[in-house]
Amino acid sequence: MRKVLAHQLVWPVLALVVLLVINVVATPSFFDVRMQDGHLFGSLVDVLRNSAPVLLVALGMTLVIATRGIDLSVGAIAAIAGAVACTYIVGSDEGAAGTAIVASTTALGVCVLLGLWNGFLVAVLGIQPIIATLVLMVAGRGLAMLVTDGQITTVNNELFSDLASGFVLTLPVAMLVALLVFGLTALVTRRTALGMLIEAVGINPEASRLAGVRACTIIWTVYVFAALCAGLAGLIIAANTNSVNANSLGLWIELDAILAVVIGGTSLAGGRFSLTGTLVGALFITTLEKTIPNIGIPSEANYLFKAVVVVAVCLVQSPQARAALRVRRPAPLVAKAAVS
Amino acid sequence: MGKKTLIAASAITLSSMMLTACGSDSDSAAGKDDGSITMGFAQVGAESGWRTANTKSVQESAEEAGIDLKFSDAQQKQENQIKAIRSYIQQKVDVIAFSPVVETGWDAVLQEAKRAKIPVILTDRAVDSEDTSLYETFLGSDFILEGEKAGQWLVENAAEMDVDGNGAINVVQLEGTTGAAPALDRAEGFASAIKAEDTVEVVASQTGDFTRDGGKKVMETFLGSEKGIDVVFAHNDDMGLGAIEAIEAAGLVPGKDIKIITVDAVKDGMAALAEGKISYIVECNPLLGPQLMDLAKKVVDGEDVPERVVTEESTFTQEQAADVLADRQY
Repeated sequence: MRKVLAHQLVWPVLALVVLLVINVVATPSFFDVRMQDGHLFGSLVDVLRNSAPVLLVALGMTLVIATRGIDLSVGAIAAIAGAVACTYIVGSDEGAAGTAIVASTTALGVCVLLGLWNGFLVAVLGIQPIIATLVLMVAGRGLAMLVTDGQITTVNNELFSDLASGFVLTLPVAMLVALLVFGLTALVTRRTALGMLIEAVGINPEASRLAGVRACTIIWTVYVFAALCAGLAGLIIAANTNSVNANSLGLWIELDAILAVVIGGTSLAGGRFSLTGTLVGALFITTLEKTIPNIGIPSEANYLFKAVVVVAVCLVQSPQARAALRVRRPAPLVAKAAVS
Repeated sequence: MGKKTLIAASAITLSSMMLTACGSDSDSAAGKDDGSITMGFAQVGAESGWRTANTKSVQESAEEAGIDLKFSDAQQKQENQIKAIRSYIQQKVDVIAFSPVVETGWDAVLQEAKRAKIPVILTDRAVDSEDTSLYETFLGSDFILEGEKAGQWLVENAAEMDVDGNGAINVVQLEGTTGAAPALDRAEGFASAIKAEDTVEVVASQTGDFTRDGGKKVMETFLGSEKGIDVVFAHNDDMGLGAIEAIEAAGLVPGKDIKIITVDAVKDGMAALAEGKISYIVECNPLLGPQLMDLAKKVVDGEDVPERVVTEESTFTQEQAADVLADRQY
């Protein structure tokens, strides 16, 4: 039992379960999944589908954070990706499948360039990551607005729409894409030395450099990867409503992503990272988003509710806080977190 | 070396700024004498299609009315807007118009304008100030009225709106950004219009942040958590469009299985109305340029203007949408 409790993923998973239970109590049909038009349909499917963008951004963020960095520009990059793709689709043969593929590839190409820019500022010029990526966070949204001319661009392309709303083998495409990226990332970081090298750079960049690790290249790589993930997320968000609003697409998604990473147990101080933790964190945040309208929290109390839940989760995750609370009140800690 | 260049560069920038500051005084003073009107307009930003249409309308009607327009975009930041208004005061424009980003914090800069004897017209959004002498008039939509129009139409067409025919009309509301005036007022107007009707009830209400993505996500949840939804009332077209996607994904037909009422009447919304997916749209008109120019001329001439001028707005049913869709500008 003690060993189970000591595992870093226990608390986020428990928090997710508590949240799901609250939802079932509020709406007994919450777990109902039925077949409809040849695919699965239900609240849980919605959660999985809607968690794709946050999960993607959070995956990139996990690796960046592991190198002791942070990327604030992911929301703006997502907006740029959506803007580039939608503007391209509108500008050429709108309904054709080929258009969607070229548009998405172009958008992701732009994202790689943006990632290279971030990586250049951090790895080569040595600017603090929070400042370096702040540049693109602010300027990027302006760029996206320039691309779309400040208008909401609506597109009509079936293949592009399927990226978010489509289903393959009864499962949502968006979720499959996110899980594919998750699987590849896990494979590349855990089956090769890359994961260890990233952790080494995060724990002590100087020592790892002296040990022969090419810190510069690794840092550069993770920022490009983060931008690519953000771009993919941006495409999914745009495809979800078949439109791009450069002003609101991916707004504050960087904060959700950082939160997902932290809830998943990766330290902001860099070093060890947990991709599975990030997956749980992303699912937790999406479920939380869904819980608010589901249990009928009034809009004015939205942020407060979110904040209280997040603080509660962070507290139960912290060994010090748990120890301090255990002395005074041993049992009702989890129950309390659930209620609040 | 690098440092020296930097100092030299900043010295040049500074002195040129001072030059322009001095120069602009005489410039606009000269403009004032020849009888033409100079207007300083501080826009919120370019955050939506509605806003860009608003900007375009102001710019075009200024040109038509022969008013010299100085335009600034605040990018949704109050400090930028205050800076812009200060510079208009320095340039001694004849009239200042602006859409305040937020409701509070305007007293100081409006006092400065008052002392410089430059009249101020508020457009689209109001300010929250005790002292109404700080501005001449407020030209904009009446958001409460918009909510009321939506509610009234729903009550009048109650029989048709009761999709499941059980005598009760269950409404879910997609609110705008929490705390924003249009969201608060539209909810208030709608609630007061349906209050007398016992059969109509708002069973769930949640913010969708005025975005399609937000509207879609909230609607997905409502479809799971609420039984027998008859009507969706969305505070803007975009959330309504998001709701359409969620309803279609659930295998229902928007406009038939669930009726949708929205506010705004932007092009995409009107297209959905013409297709029959949305049932009714209350217009929130961004084209207030011509009315603004009229008011500006009156204010500059010293004529009395009413403290509150409501933008001319209509409503659209599905049949009307089909007629006007072709020449919808925004």
